[in-house]
Amino acid sequence: MFWKRMFGKKPAAEQTAPEQEPEQLQEQQQEEQHEQSVEEEQQKSSGFFKRLVSGLEKTKQQFVSKVEQITTGRKVDESLFEELEEVLIQADCGVTTAMFLVDQLRDRAREEKITAAEELRKVLMEEMVALLEKNAAPLKTPEESPYVIMVVGVNGAGKTTTIAKLAYRFKQENAKVLLAAGDTFRAGAIEQLGVWAQRLNVDLIAHQEGADPAAVAFDAVNAAKARGSDVLILDTAGRLQTKVNLMSELAKVHRVVQRELGRDLDEVLLVVDATTGQNALSQGKIFAEAVPLTGIALTKLDGTAKGGIVLALANELDLAVKLVGVGEQYEDLQDFDARSFAAALFGETQE
Amino acid sequence: MAFQNLSSRLQETMRKLRGKGRLSEKDVDQALREIRLALLEADVNYKVVRDFIGQVKERATGHEVLSSLTPGQQVIRIVNDELTKLMGGTQAKLTLSSRPPSVLMMVGLQGAGKTTTAGKLARMLKGQGHRPLLVACDIYRPAAIKQLQVLGEQLEIPVFSMGEQNPVDIAKAALSHAQKFNNDVVLIDTAGRLHVDEELMEELVQIKAAVNPSEILLVVDAMTGQDAVNVAESFNTRLELGGIILTKLDGDARGGAALSVKAVTGKPIKYIGVSEKMDGLEPFYPDRMASRILGMGDILTLIEKAASAVDQEKAEKMAAKLKEAEFTLEDFLDQIGQMKEMGPIDQLIGMIPGLSSAKHLKGLEVDDSHLKKIEAIINSMTPEERRKPEIIGGSRRKRIAQGSGTKVQDVNRLLKQFSQTRQMLKQFSGASKGRRRKGMFSLFQ
Repeated sequence: MFWKRMFGKKPAAEQTAPEQEPEQLQEQQQEEQHEQSVEEEQQKSSGFFKRLVSGLEKTKQQFVSKVEQITTGRKVDESLFEELEEVLIQADCGVTTAMFLVDQLRDRAREEKITAAEELRKVLMEEMVALLEKNAAPLKTPEESPYVIMVVGVNGAGKTTTIAKLAYRFKQENAKVLLAAGDTFRAGAIEQLGVWAQRLNVDLIAHQEGADPAAVAFDAVNAAKARGSDVLILDTAGRLQTKVNLMSELAKVHRVVQRELGRDLDEVLLVVDATTGQNALSQGKIFAEAVPLTGIALTKLDGTAKGGIVLALANELDLAVKLVGVGEQYEDLQDFDARSFAAALFGETQE
Repeated sequence: MAFQNLSSRLQETMRKLRGKGRLSEKDVDQALREIRLALLEADVNYKVVRDFIGQVKERATGHEVLSSLTPGQQVIRIVNDELTKLMGGTQAKLTLSSRPPSVLMMVGLQGAGKTTTAGKLARMLKGQGHRPLLVACDIYRPAAIKQLQVLGEQLEIPVFSMGEQNPVDIAKAALSHAQKFNNDVVLIDTAGRLHVDEELMEELVQIKAAVNPSEILLVVDAMTGQDAVNVAESFNTRLELGGIILTKLDGDARGGAALSVKAVTGKPIKYIGVSEKMDGLEPFYPDRMASRILGMGDILTLIEKAASAVDQEKAEKMAAKLKEAEFTLEDFLDQIGQMKEMGPIDQLIGMIPGLSSAKHLKGLEVDDSHLKKIEAIINSMTPEERRKPEIIGGSRRKRIAQGSGTKVQDVNRLLKQFSQTRQMLKQFSGASKGRRRKGMFSLFQ
């Protein structure tokens, strides 16, 4: 919502909400999920929640039903913890994170003298929320135009689609959006972004296939300044994190944007495919060495039964998951909120 | 490199086993626990790991192993065997119909790499003397058709497209197009889809019914986690796959998918994608991959690569030249070219037994740019200079450095190294002509 404030194009009717600091806003949103004042907002938010629930359906079926299965009608003992660990590993949490979570559970079961296995479910959910909230942060509040987002990631993670969804979102908030086709390597990549730009009716800066991506970035920043764009989203070519040359190319593109902008970029988002296993951790680590990542956009969560990678990312990297993609619609790219994520997963209704 | 994590952890376990003269059941259990963790961390499916460990344990704790003289080696052999078995045993070839055109269908999730792989496969088939036709059936992703057209243009392979019409109709029309234009292999690139998307899965079933493919290939991203087996299983149940192609194995994929999908679906991995470039598709050899994972190297692939890159006649000439110490900078340039044709150096290193785990090579990024520099320097010399580097004085060095975009120091270094190499060769060839004894005598005189 802060977009509307920033760009000052917010309809007068909605301006009833008082200005708030972003942290307060976030806190309040979490608390107020039950009782939001504006009715429209409430509808919108419950729509979001429904999308989240349906996007997480598969993970829920696989993961939560298994947890329920093994925690039904038995006492808390060591074999239960081992089974829980197994379920967590199967959900792509990774061995380290699964062990960490189960250790937490074990400690709390002892401290709080929990004996019925059913009670562990709530504890597990709490621990998961705690883990997810560790680095949680929303997209940065815009301070200066153009608000610049650079999008990076491995091949096929869903960068271009994520950019389209982001662009749609900013457009909804009446921001003037400029896209930059920085993937000059893959055949058809420029056209792909071009099609999106056309559909969304936003501007596009593109060079030819094979052009220097840093040159595209240079032009894009200057065009954004000259045209008075509110938001610039820069696409980059997909690259595996092991390709040293390509990673330094990425660093160069980032450097050029920073220099032309005369300040830090607002967001450098790593797009990660949720179906990815533990390799996502290595992606996070190595990309962060090349460019100063500000967060992760986790895509295709609806396609996997193994949303556990979110937990692994939160536990092992100092990177916030900022956005999650839970479907193919524009609205399916959502701000990541630990509490609603866990609630959707464990099948709680929001009301 | 792919499998690096898994590989180094397994090798560590193996090293511990190897050193032992006697193995107790406890030692084996300990090793198996480590292997289990290593596999799980490599994203191998949980159930597959359990079965695998069960198999190895059953074979490894038998009397004949524990009482053998080299129990450690025996266990390693068993792990190697089982790994090979897990990945499919022997190499599986592409099934082509006896009555052309053969239809190959590429299916998979979004972003797995179907279109790129279709291009690579078409290129490979063309190299084998086929006349492939690429068919653009991805009507959903923006510019997917364009991507295939661009690839087709680069590879000089025809691409059949009908815009955004029904993919079933496109596939049918492509088939008759192929018959008319004498294309013997038809490669259908389908849109990426979720395996749970009922509507889109049905579309694939219809395409299958319409064109009766000789093989449906599932393209799987090697970085996929525990879900890989569900994906493979769903596609297999609906479509009866012929085989699997694993992509992006040049990243540090942990390889879990490689080890799981065959075990779960029973369908072989036929090819692996190992680079972004169009020649980056290799046949998959389970046995070679197993020994690569266990750090035993993959000499066979290395030799094959060398054989395909090195011109036999040239090699013989070179040997003769080396003998006579007539090695010139021109020959040197040739050699660099051949080496580059074998592929990136870091991939080659992984194939040499023992080298993949060598400590000082760990995390080593071999940079091809050094070779490029040398090439540029030599290319900036006149033919005469290449044959007689002695004539290159100060001003020529300056010119060469300028021409190649390098520094005079770089040129100096290359020339110095070259003259040292030549010196060394002279000594060798001298020795082979029987002067060695004289040389040695001269030491005593």
